[in-house]
Amino acid sequence: MKKNNIKKILAAILITTFFCGKAFSASKDLLKIDWSFAGITGKFERDSLQRGYQVYKEVCSSCHSMKYLSYRNLGQKGGPEFTLEEVKAIAASYDVEDGPNSEGEMYERAGRPSDHFVNPYPNDNAAIAANGGAYPPDMSVLVKARPGGANYIYSILMGYEEKPVGFVLDEGVYYNKYMDGNKIKMMSPLSDNLIEYTDGTNATQAQMAKDVTTFLTWAAEPHLEARHRTGTKVIIYLILLATLVYFSMKRIWSRVDAEK
Amino acid sequence: MSEHEYTPKSKAGKWFNDRLPLLSLGAHLTDYPTPKNLNYWWTFGGILTFCLITQIVTGIVLAMHYVAHADLAFESVEKIMRDVNYGWLIRYIHSNGASMFFLAVYIHIFRSLFFGSFKSPRELIWIIGMLIYILMMAAAFMGYVLPWGQMSFWGATVITNLFSAIPLVGESVVTWLWGGYSVDNPTLTRFFSLHYLIPFLILGLVVLHIWALHIPGNNNPVGIDIKKPSKDTVPFHPYITIKDIFALLMFMIIFAGFVFFSPNVLGHADNYIPANPLITPAHIVPEWYLLPFYAILRSVPDKLGGVILMFGALFVLIILPWLDTSKVRSAIFRPMYRQFFWIFVVDVLALGYLGAMPAEGVYLFLARIATTYYFLHFIVILPALGFFEKTDPLPASISEPVLTGGFSAVPTRTDKIINEKK
Amino acid sequence: MSKQEDKKDRRDFLFTASYTVGAVGIGATIWPLIHQMNPDESVKALATTEVDISQVESGKSITVLWRGKPIFIKRRTPDEIQEAKAVALKDLPDPQKDEERVKEGKDEWLVMVGVCTHLGCVPLKDKGDFNGWFCPCHGSHYDISGRVRKGPAPKNMEIPKYEFVDSNTIKIG
Repeated sequence: MKKNNIKKILAAILITTFFCGKAFSASKDLLKIDWSFAGITGKFERDSLQRGYQVYKEVCSSCHSMKYLSYRNLGQKGGPEFTLEEVKAIAASYDVEDGPNSEGEMYERAGRPSDHFVNPYPNDNAAIAANGGAYPPDMSVLVKARPGGANYIYSILMGYEEKPVGFVLDEGVYYNKYMDGNKIKMMSPLSDNLIEYTDGTNATQAQMAKDVTTFLTWAAEPHLEARHRTGTKVIIYLILLATLVYFSMKRIWSRVDAEK
Repeated sequence: MSEHEYTPKSKAGKWFNDRLPLLSLGAHLTDYPTPKNLNYWWTFGGILTFCLITQIVTGIVLAMHYVAHADLAFESVEKIMRDVNYGWLIRYIHSNGASMFFLAVYIHIFRSLFFGSFKSPRELIWIIGMLIYILMMAAAFMGYVLPWGQMSFWGATVITNLFSAIPLVGESVVTWLWGGYSVDNPTLTRFFSLHYLIPFLILGLVVLHIWALHIPGNNNPVGIDIKKPSKDTVPFHPYITIKDIFALLMFMIIFAGFVFFSPNVLGHADNYIPANPLITPAHIVPEWYLLPFYAILRSVPDKLGGVILMFGALFVLIILPWLDTSKVRSAIFRPMYRQFFWIFVVDVLALGYLGAMPAEGVYLFLARIATTYYFLHFIVILPALGFFEKTDPLPASISEPVLTGGFSAVPTRTDKIINEKK
Repeated sequence: MSKQEDKKDRRDFLFTASYTVGAVGIGATIWPLIHQMNPDESVKALATTEVDISQVESGKSITVLWRGKPIFIKRRTPDEIQEAKAVALKDLPDPQKDEERVKEGKDEWLVMVGVCTHLGCVPLKDKGDFNGWFCPCHGSHYDISGRVRKGPAPKNMEIPKYEFVDSNTIKIG
């Protein structure tokens, strides 16, 4: 009786997971990297995060905002962990609108760590108009907003190719192997030696793609490391407590079995 | 509720209990005779209570930081995730907690289906349970709208639009629900209010659910009645409490696995895109726990037909005690019903999978078959089984199978036992 | 020890251990629920503020917002400083020397939380009998060092933690 049921449960689970697996691995085979932050013990590499921020700042930030991040985040634990001085300098390198002052006027001042990342455009419509009708998405949570996450972002950055013969592309549209429909309105943003890394790392396209993707993953999940650390402790604790409770349960129930 | 001759030990206790018999209630719950053969499928009621309390506590805390306004909602959730102390933890517990809540409720419901817990005299427990299930779905649906992502917005649009199918008043009803001419800020603010309210309605129904249960007492895996007092029962505390705690800890390990290591796998990436009324996502899907109903809804080409069938699917579940005509409760003694039970499980899983697929081609075809079979199960198979099924002989008592090492092949006082408690 | 007692001790230990470990878990669960109500990161980030004082002329004052409260920054004239130093301690309900309320070498600058220590109203500048501030709510008078002289206020106006980043900027908090 019981064995039969178990067989049926297993069959149900197998069928479900097969279909779930199919559903989740939806998009075309993405490029996959062995990310340092993947898996239950995943962590970010500090220098990769700092390089990634440099890529964002020098390449992406001219079009892409990251409005849910503040400059102070760049210094907090679990992230790029720039020093307080570095964070202040980064913030101060931006002009932030403030006001109104006592005359009723808005004015510009140097950025502070508490300020949010400055937007490249005053509003979404300006962003769309400046980019041929396409909105460059805000990247604060972009990695979580795309199926495939970090692998997807990396694949897009590395996925620009010559369009196949006969493939129709409008003006200002580019061919990308991993984009849905293969059309993307952003031209390939990265190429070898586009920027010079301050830490001296060779700035190949793949390196920059990896670093900026790592940075974007942190930006979307700044507490990832704390989450993994706490999770490990919680599950070990639960297993410990469950063991104690299990033996307590056996001890208590032994009274019932003894009565027979 | 049966009167217990409970006398509090202390004078203060007696004073209090004479005025409000909470201590007597406590004694009743502690001593409550529970069948000693309950298996782990019976621990999910306690697990569900834990889920409800978890959702309420984390929800109240989130409400201290969440801003229910279309312009600020998405940002306020990001603020919780980034700036609020442990905000990320509380948010992920709440969002994954909803999924765990439904996982537990489906196991709880299927337990009831398998062991016949919905049968007389427990029909009202079943119906109250169905009401709780419906309120859970309403609360979950509205809760999902609150982050104001793309799926929040478009899921709300699709589901509220269903009501336009109602003849004559449909459009007015939808406008009334929206508080406007489309899903917008008024919709969000009222969903927040109701989302906060419903869990407390559920709490009240849970009290009634347990109260109604305590009248006949628990069903058990063998499905036969237990005459009280009985050596076949154990006091709820400490026997059942410790077992419930153990099962809860196992459940919490799975819960923690999701919260800490895969907090977004059950969700949809599109909901991390802020709501945009001008761009519709390629595939609008509800959360996984609503998928079977979504599949049924979409299998009918006609809008009103789909709505009727979807509510019909819920309706046949509600009237189940009157559809299943078998006089034997537990599927352990119902060999034919057992087969159909598992086929039903596969059917529901299939509906869930198909609900996540685009409603076209082979998916739509299969969804229609699965939907048809769903109704066949309730309207044709269950009533017929009561007449045609040859059930196995029931044991004399729940201790008997344990003592003799198996179920007795000799027909024992089966008819007497079944007819006794009607 | 007899076998029975031995068993009992083991059982008690098991139960005690379970309760204890369980209690630890409950405590660990409750802490985040309480701590989330403490100031969040964005609030803590605004815990300090830098103020440009280069435009404040002698004898004038400005008011800035810090942690949601008004901060009076007054640039005192030499006469006002003299007056502040000359007050005898016995005349003060809350005795405090002017030197203790300003930074060394910067006694021109009086930086204080502009909240009356009685019940929290914001005192009015250049009013009152002591050439300082006057609180209209219940009639407390403060002198040119922000010290209470008359009225129900129990203490002098609070001096917040601040420092001169340079001669034109002070950082409060």
